[in-house]
Amino acid sequence: MSAHAEAGLHDHGHDHHGPPIANRSSRIEPTVLGMFLFLGSEAMLFGAFFAVYFFVRVVNPNASVIWPPPPYEFPKFVAGVNTAILFTSSFTMHWALKSIKNGNRRGLQAGLVLTILMGSAFLLTQFIEYAHIGFNLSSGAFADAFFGLTGLHGFHVLVGLTLLTVAAVRAFRGHYSPEHHHGVELPGIYWHFVDVMWLVVYATVYLL
Amino acid sequence: MRNPLKNEETAFQFVLGTIVYLAMIVLASWIATWLGVVVFVALTVAAIALLSGGSTSPPPPQHVDRAAVEDTRRILVVANETLIDACLREEIVRMSAGVAEDVLVVCPALNSQFRTWLSDEDGARDAAEVRLGETLAELSAAGINVRGEIGDGDPLQALEDALRSFAADAIVISTHPKGHSHWLEAGIVDEARRRFDVPVTHVVRDAEAELEL
Repeated sequence: MSAHAEAGLHDHGHDHHGPPIANRSSRIEPTVLGMFLFLGSEAMLFGAFFAVYFFVRVVNPNASVIWPPPPYEFPKFVAGVNTAILFTSSFTMHWALKSIKNGNRRGLQAGLVLTILMGSAFLLTQFIEYAHIGFNLSSGAFADAFFGLTGLHGFHVLVGLTLLTVAAVRAFRGHYSPEHHHGVELPGIYWHFVDVMWLVVYATVYLL
Repeated sequence: MRNPLKNEETAFQFVLGTIVYLAMIVLASWIATWLGVVVFVALTVAAIALLSGGSTSPPPPQHVDRAAVEDTRRILVVANETLIDACLREEIVRMSAGVAEDVLVVCPALNSQFRTWLSDEDGARDAAEVRLGETLAELSAAGINVRGEIGDGDPLQALEDALRSFAADAIVISTHPKGHSHWLEAGIVDEARRRFDVPVTHVVRDAEAELEL
């Protein structure tokens, strides 16, 4: 670039005061880009664990034809009930958001509390499942893959519960309105994402 | 591409869609493994098509704050291959007749989609820099108060970026004639008129082509 042009790059002198206006040099909306980056990182994280799982189950030449390797079994029914609980919590989360959008504060509070209760029930059930499942991390690679995937998801549930608890406390303190409810919306998106990830984990690890 | 987690509403629909998607795969797998694979492939292709085929709404029109300097005409020029052109020079002189002019020339660093994705834009920037330097020299020689910068490869994005720091009174877009201009094919001029509440002048390079105002 010529010296003339170089000078022009930083010389947009006019009457603007205060900090410069945020510049957007991307063709994608910042919020959309942020969510895509977040999703990408989460997909890679879960993808790494799924890669381990599929290697242990499919690629490994010593893998058992039966999954999980005998004599172990996964508690499909209990996990199924747990799945139903988590799936239902997405409905209560959605209800909470709908309520505040309609100005129904009680609905928001009830929806958040129910979601937290169901999320907690899910985590508690998973801990109990771990305690009675009959194998542990030293039982083989399949156990590592199982605990890795379900544990990673459990951690995400814990993070989601923390976000929802903050949102619930604020809801009971009178925060949020039909116009301003970003603090509930974002935990809601995260919660649905966690739900989707569990559906994938349950279908691939327990059912298929 | 649609973002399934754009807001809570779409995220909830994504949950419902996921359970239908997985339920069908699991049921098919229980019937026969090969059927499960077929259903998985078919549904995955359909889901990708659904997500990528979503119409993206165009950005809303933007308000541009004009500078409160009555005796100065701020002109934002965006062009690329047609930068050095007598028509463009004459148009700038005409627009700034009777007042002082403050011209910002933005030269988009045009690049292929593939190179853009690879962040390989050095060549595009170098080429744009050469054209910009020549244009600035020529317009300066004609007595025009001008400065310039390299912009995004998308001319509309380059305009938008420039308008955030340069409160233009007018925008000039210089292109090749119809039939020879990718920008006209892409409707850049019309879209600029729709998106920015600043008068947009279209200058066609061909001397015989008409000058649209």
